[in-house]
Amino acid sequence: MKHLINQIEPMIPALRRYARALLRDPELADDLVQDCLERVIRRWAQRRESEEPRQWAFAILHNLAIDSMRRRSRRGVHLAIDDVNENEMAVPGRQEDGLRHADLIRALEALPPDQRSVILLVSVENMTYAEAAKMLEIPLGTVMSRLSRGRERLQKALDGELSTPVRAAGAPALRRLK
Amino acid sequence: MATDERLPRPILEEDLHAFVDGLLEPERQREVQDYIDRRPEAAALVSRLSAQRQALRAAFSDIVNEPVPPRLNLQRLVEERPLPFERAPMWRIAAAVVLTLGLGGAGGWMARGASEETSAGIASLSREANTNYAVYASDTLRPVEIDGAHKSELVRWVSNRLKRPVPVPDLERSGFRLIGGRLVATEHGPAALFLYDDQKGIRLALLARPMAIQRNTPTMQRNNGPFGGYSWADDGLGYSVVGNEEAADLKPLADEVRHQVRLNLAGV
Repeated sequence: MKHLINQIEPMIPALRRYARALLRDPELADDLVQDCLERVIRRWAQRRESEEPRQWAFAILHNLAIDSMRRRSRRGVHLAIDDVNENEMAVPGRQEDGLRHADLIRALEALPPDQRSVILLVSVENMTYAEAAKMLEIPLGTVMSRLSRGRERLQKALDGELSTPVRAAGAPALRRLK
Repeated sequence: MATDERLPRPILEEDLHAFVDGLLEPERQREVQDYIDRRPEAAALVSRLSAQRQALRAAFSDIVNEPVPPRLNLQRLVEERPLPFERAPMWRIAAAVVLTLGLGGAGGWMARGASEETSAGIASLSREANTNYAVYASDTLRPVEIDGAHKSELVRWVSNRLKRPVPVPDLERSGFRLIGGRLVATEHGPAALFLYDDQKGIRLALLARPMAIQRNTPTMQRNNGPFGGYSWADDGLGYSVVGNEEAADLKPLADEVRHQVRLNLAGV
């Protein structure tokens, strides 16, 4: 268990960041991280040697997040884009390279979850394309196309080319890892 | 870039992404840099991608600097991990049950004891169930090898080792939840042990091993160990239910298990 703590504890801030970036609601995000950590503890001994702990833990969290988003969308409980509360992200609305964080978060929120997660894993969590592919159990080419499409879409939203943000409803189905 | 005879590798859009993400090998990095330097359009794209990446990182950067809330204290989560057997203090368990499921008809290892009824039959099965109950049902750290959430993996494992399908009865309606299970050793070869518990922490376990003799028997009460129980065999599958205090209540559970396994193996 000492090994587990040494390996997993340093990842907790990043796990919280990924969960919150995907789900936006900080409480719900931490719920998922807690759930994730409990699963990590339970399954640690069963983890295969070939599974890199970081990708493994992120994959568990990713699955929980996808399940949670599905449940929310089934219940029809999601906030409209305009209801996004900047404070929910705990992000100050300062200017940064001409992009306001709140705008960026709204635009990110409007992306299909598949594209959003690849963008976050690569841009924010510093995963290589191969690591993201392994974690999401998708081919490298799929990572690249989601990254490319997602970034392009994000840019268009930020540039105001998309007047109506595209909701997840019209997006490709969520993919849950096995 | 094209100083030698070879044609340079074309620059792909994904190279521009990898450039922005800092994932290129140094040589390729230089090639892409050359390309960008000579093409304002590519430079503009790279600059937009780069700004976007930086903005995303900045937008979420504060989260990692927040103090981690107490409920995500990993050390404590490890110490307080809700192992099924830790939900109720170990010595306050009102009753515990071992259900021994014996399987017959496969594997050469069982032939050894076949000539001697007491060493291979229902009585033996009951003893083995008792032994395994004593060892695993009291284990607070790791009573099972594979938890109930991975039931199919568990079934696959023990079925492979016992060389025939080993169904895991669902006892939810009787108030017992599957904790998980493991492969255990008996004098008569490998057996499958499944553990259950109810909300009060009463524990139930299921052990499976093939039967060489007494391949079909009625349900018999067996109290040949510290724990009482019921045993039987169907079509080479033997079962034994063992409990420590409330063994009288085990009969309906034993009946339920027998019923479910019969249905399952009949393909119903």
